[in-house]
Amino acid sequence: MKQFEILGKKDTRSGFGEGLLEIGRKNPDVVALCADLTGSLKMDAFLKEFPDRFFQAGIAEANMIGMAAGMTIGGKIPYTGTFANFSTGRVYDQIRQSVAYSQKNVKICASHAGLTLGEDGATHQILEDIGMMRMLPHMTVIVPCDFNQTKQATMAIADHIGPVYLRFGRPVVPIFVQPDAKFTIGKADLLIEGTDVTIIACGHLVWKSIEAAQQLAEQGISAEVINMHTIKPLDEKAILDSVGKTKCVVTAEEHMLNGGLGDAVAQVLSRYMPLPQEYVGVNDTFGESGTPDELMVKYGLDTPNIVEAVKKVLKRK
Amino acid sequence: MEIQQLQAIATQVRRDIVRMVSGANSGHPGGSLGCSDFLTVLYFEMMKHNPDHFSMDGKDEDLFFLSNGHISPVWYSVLARSGYFPIEELATFRKLNARLQGHPSTDKKIPGVRMASGSLGQGLSNAIGAALTKKLNSDSRLVYSLHGDGELQEGQIWEAALYAAANKVDNLIATIDYNGRQIDGDVEDVLSLGDLHGKWQAFGWEVLEMDGHNYSDLIETLNKAKSMTGNGKPIIIIMKTEMGQGVDYMVGSHKWHGVAPNLEQLQQALIQLEETLGDY
Repeated sequence: MKQFEILGKKDTRSGFGEGLLEIGRKNPDVVALCADLTGSLKMDAFLKEFPDRFFQAGIAEANMIGMAAGMTIGGKIPYTGTFANFSTGRVYDQIRQSVAYSQKNVKICASHAGLTLGEDGATHQILEDIGMMRMLPHMTVIVPCDFNQTKQATMAIADHIGPVYLRFGRPVVPIFVQPDAKFTIGKADLLIEGTDVTIIACGHLVWKSIEAAQQLAEQGISAEVINMHTIKPLDEKAILDSVGKTKCVVTAEEHMLNGGLGDAVAQVLSRYMPLPQEYVGVNDTFGESGTPDELMVKYGLDTPNIVEAVKKVLKRK
Repeated sequence: MEIQQLQAIATQVRRDIVRMVSGANSGHPGGSLGCSDFLTVLYFEMMKHNPDHFSMDGKDEDLFFLSNGHISPVWYSVLARSGYFPIEELATFRKLNARLQGHPSTDKKIPGVRMASGSLGQGLSNAIGAALTKKLNSDSRLVYSLHGDGELQEGQIWEAALYAAANKVDNLIATIDYNGRQIDGDVEDVLSLGDLHGKWQAFGWEVLEMDGHNYSDLIETLNKAKSMTGNGKPIIIIMKTEMGQGVDYMVGSHKWHGVAPNLEQLQQALIQLEETLGDY
């Protein structure tokens, strides 16, 4: 089985911050807006180097999204930055009308998504954002898995014309994507080849899926692991190629089961290849305060939960 | 352009409005009639724009954002009469497969529209964004926007108001259609705006007032607003209008906010509005 070297440990939001700075240097049309969370979003470096291209919106997310939509008229590529909760739920209608329906070239960049936001608790731990964003026509939804991939995705979306939702997080997690890897929107990464089961994951659950595959290998179970960093447009071919071979699938995400990656995968399978699927995700409940690690254990999003789901789905083959 | 010519255009625009709304058997005639004079003056007298070659980016053109998107009939008519698209297309308003959606959208690529609107309160933010980009592009043309008075009850408007003043967005001229009516009745009764002039002033805007049916006042005030741009403050004009202006049985009543006239009522309206430029 392919082994992954841990290249270091960093938060994915820092990948966003570095990516924003680098794409800012390469593309003079890139501008950034932030709603009073410049430090949390790691946008300080961009602000320092390009103060004239940085727009502090204050704690007024609706106006920030509306302004970003307006700024595209005349050719700018606005990146908005705030927590995932305030990037989506709070401004759904602004995104729907001014960004998605109007097909504006706005990049909605959302940090602190999911339970791993930790101690701040459920008010800030949005677990519905992928669902909301993937329901919107014209919206591209990307959930990168580590620091390097978040940086690569942050830069890649500048070349994609149209609205994008880019979701990342706060905790320090292993880096395993190579720094020079090419990020292609809508093309899944086949990380580990296997024959017994397919594990499809996004975001922080990708590394946990790799860990799960390693544990399963020790038990004689061959798991294929796919990093589905783009939830929309979904790489249907990657799903069908893999599940066609393994005949069962586990999806893993730091999101509600309703509306997330698992739902997206199930839609593909139910149409073309109905086969057993098990889900790792949050089951119709809000989060709570705690450390990120504690929360991932309590809400069933940890490596052992993926192993368990694999064993369950194998019995249904 | 002479005032008489502008008035003749606006009269035709009013004919278009009542015929479009009647033809679709739905739409919003009240606010549309109330803003006919303003939009005619804006498009035919004030703005530098390019109806023959519409571009989304609108570089080196003045831009307009309609925030209260439900008065789409007046905007569509003014756009068509300006030359953005054939006037015959006005007959397709609110019909299946038409570019002229019930509320303005960019979805079907109708020339002249740069942003969807309808869900209220978003247009000021859009206009500020476009104004910021004009500054970044060293484009000296202006951004105009129009808002309903009832729409000012939306919180996003006041977020935008704070932003524009704090950041000296001084290439923007916003106008409020101050007709005092909204769907459920008088604005004063539904949710009073209180001292509107004072509120905008306190937010740091230059505040002007004008009579939305007096052409000398419209032209003079808009020119004054233009002359005040570039001075570090955003500009807002509180424009007094009558909902339903031009059709006697509609004037001043919130009841014609979003109701189409029947055929008899249509005829009654058309008698009052001379066909100055030829119907579509």
